[in-house]
Amino acid sequence: MNMIVTSASPATPNGTTRPQVRIVIVGHVDHGKSTLVGRLLHETGSLPEGKLEMLKAVSARRGMPFEWSFLLDALQTERDQGITIDTTQIRFRTNSRDIVLIDAPGHAEFLRNMITGASQADGAVLIIDALEGVRDQTRRHGYLLHLLGVKQVAIVVNKMDRVDFSADRFKEISDEISAHLKGLGVTPTAVIPISARDGDGVAVRTDRIGWYKGPTVVEALDRLEPARPLEALALRLPVQAIYKFDDRRIVAGRIESGSLAAGEEIVIMPAGKIAKIKSVESWPATPVAGRQGAGRSVGITLDRELFIERGDIIAHAGTSPRETRRLRARIFWLHDKPLNKGDQLLVRCGPKESRATVVAIEKAVDPGELESSENKAIGRNHVGEIDISLSNPIATDPYTENPRTGRLVIEVSGRIAGGGLVLSVDAGQRAVPVDIVPVESALRPDERSARYRHNGAVVWLTGLPASGKSTLAKALERRLFTNGGSPILLDGDTLRAGLNGDLGFSAQDRSENIRRLAEVATHLARNGHIAIVAAVSPAREDRATARRIADTAFREIFVATPAEVCESRDPKGHYAKARAGTLASFTGIGNDYQKPEAAELTIDTSTRSIAEAADEIEQMLKITGVLFDELADLAANI
Amino acid sequence: MDHLDQLEAQSIYIFREAFARLKKIALLWSLGKDSNVMIWLARKAFFGRMPFPALHVDTGKKFPEMYRFRDHYGKEWELDLRVEPCPPIDAVDPTLPPAARSAARKTEGLKMALAKYGFDGLIAGIRRDEEATRAKERVFSPRGLEGNWDVRDQPPEFWDHFNASPPQGAHLRIHPILHWTEADIWAYTKRENIPIIPLYLAKDGKRYRSLGDQDITNPVASTASSIDEILVELEQTKVPERAGRALDHETEDAFERLRVAGYL
Repeated sequence: MNMIVTSASPATPNGTTRPQVRIVIVGHVDHGKSTLVGRLLHETGSLPEGKLEMLKAVSARRGMPFEWSFLLDALQTERDQGITIDTTQIRFRTNSRDIVLIDAPGHAEFLRNMITGASQADGAVLIIDALEGVRDQTRRHGYLLHLLGVKQVAIVVNKMDRVDFSADRFKEISDEISAHLKGLGVTPTAVIPISARDGDGVAVRTDRIGWYKGPTVVEALDRLEPARPLEALALRLPVQAIYKFDDRRIVAGRIESGSLAAGEEIVIMPAGKIAKIKSVESWPATPVAGRQGAGRSVGITLDRELFIERGDIIAHAGTSPRETRRLRARIFWLHDKPLNKGDQLLVRCGPKESRATVVAIEKAVDPGELESSENKAIGRNHVGEIDISLSNPIATDPYTENPRTGRLVIEVSGRIAGGGLVLSVDAGQRAVPVDIVPVESALRPDERSARYRHNGAVVWLTGLPASGKSTLAKALERRLFTNGGSPILLDGDTLRAGLNGDLGFSAQDRSENIRRLAEVATHLARNGHIAIVAAVSPAREDRATARRIADTAFREIFVATPAEVCESRDPKGHYAKARAGTLASFTGIGNDYQKPEAAELTIDTSTRSIAEAADEIEQMLKITGVLFDELADLAANI
Repeated sequence: MDHLDQLEAQSIYIFREAFARLKKIALLWSLGKDSNVMIWLARKAFFGRMPFPALHVDTGKKFPEMYRFRDHYGKEWELDLRVEPCPPIDAVDPTLPPAARSAARKTEGLKMALAKYGFDGLIAGIRRDEEATRAKERVFSPRGLEGNWDVRDQPPEFWDHFNASPPQGAHLRIHPILHWTEADIWAYTKRENIPIIPLYLAKDGKRYRSLGDQDITNPVASTASSIDEILVELEQTKVPERAGRALDHETEDAFERLRVAGYL
């Protein structure tokens, strides 16, 4: 069956003309996986010179009959014990394919190695001993093929010589396994009777299986298709890293699905930031023109400087993945210790990692059992559906929408302990770890607002240092209090002395500072208070985060006092120090302040008094529904 | 994307994962065709310059052409080249067969270099199709504190998620071209015009398919005097790539013993 490409053909042996297909051979221990692989290599003339002689010599030295499995069981311990411990790969050719055969162990103890092998395959051969029939590892491997997303499965019923090539026995097994796989949504591409030891059905249909009219194993392998890159799906470019080796800031990653090109507008998830692709960088030639499709490892630059980090996903607006802190997954579990509700884990979705808590476990079963009972925990080598709550928001897709991004792995103590498919995503839901039980307030929001005459709000004052934020904040606080309200001042510098004492002034620390301010302020607002935040908050992105946290309670006020005026005021002496070079990363001189584009209110304190400014704020809070309008209320009471 | 594009994209992905997830890595540069392709891929992954050292653990017994190649391209490719020596043969396990014992000097040299620099990841250019125990390797392969490979307890690795947390004091081997074949290496070398050591090309009816130490590496019979001819030869040959490497053939398990102890 081996086809030698003639010397005249282009010198790309594994190249463009012949598709490469990766096939894993799975099944119960001792059902003949390694023997089939050995036979396939022999029948296709793929064995290296001297290999057969070496195997015979090794067998003889051990006083054992000739064993095909010695070809693949390269480790001394494997040969000594006659079992395959770890996956191996070997290559051969059929008429139309370059095939990478992955031989996976059948022993339950080495299921992690079977998964390692099978996860790389485009198709699978599931082998069953004609005498023993379908066994627990047969079912388990069948289930795992489904979980791993291997859809092309050929069934091989081996050792037909042991059942006198009985067509009845073949049909019995064929029916049983086909029913089992169909229950999992997998339709076998073929069911083939063979004797791997003697060669029947492997490359030729012998007389002994004359009743069988389907393809041989080699023919079935010829029909399997290589996996195709998912170019037709929506763009997903998970960010592996941001490189600044020279003056370029390159966002690097592999396109998992869809395609992209320079000039396109993209959205960075989960934060939802928008940018345009400025260029697609490469080496040695750069930049590169044209569309880059799924499967490519690329580097892009953007038209603006945004905070992007490893694990973010770049997509096109309108078809972006969902941001979530909670999802449901169907997983397989490989760790010695069973997975329980409440367990803390590390979850990886592409390059993104997040700590997570198991919130619920359902349908935990041993896929090897015929009729397995459901358990509360997922044991080693078992499967189940879990709800997990993530401590960081991630962007992901259900696997039915995107098989590349809709899957995850679970790590325990730095080692991969399981993996599975994302079944559904609860968009926007906040994480609620099971061991944290938020206590609800005894008071209802309307009880508070009836007393304070206002709704809860986050009033966010942003602007350059010395622009008058704190002065305004204090004036507003006094005025709201005088009117019977419940204002609370949150000053950025004051909080840095305590809650945020661990943070410095790097971009990352500034972001975290803002996030914490926003969380505290939002908590107060939910309880009916008006939280007045005075913070330079120079990054537009960080303020966008604050708005997302506080949501409808957020009111942004841009204190737009001109920079010269701010510097001339300089009550804390910061501008002077910065000019003298003794205060690094000070906003106003060294760092850029990004002006708000859609603040609820803009105030220049150099052109009006504090009282006038406070009036304006009060007015804005009335118009936007925070402060109750006294007249309207009076009218309602008449 | 053709076959070589796919191989390249996968290797670049692995390089970037290693660089992102480990603290201090180096690439093992043996000067051979495979590690030259690796350096090329690393430069693609990082847009021109490899951002970590190239480590040459030098047995002192390589071919003169190999040293010339190292000195020339180390500069041209702007590599952060670290050349580290190997201990004398007396310091190596005397129960190993002669050629394997000679090769094991490299394992010892590697251990010394690891101790000296404290790397937590070493990038090595092994391939699955070269040799049966290498076919069982992971892309990110954990090593014990002594640099040893525990083949009985390899962690699961799937969907391009790699185990990248070596225990304190241990290191990982990273194998970015594990999925390539000998023919892939040559086809890519040709496509990308990557320089090679001329010993790979046939002269007087012989060429080297694999380059190691002078005293334990033999040329194979060949008339392939260009990469195109090498590719045609590989189409037809049934002689394994490492046939000229004496250490592979001394005893049934010589190579496995070397690898378990930390050889590449």
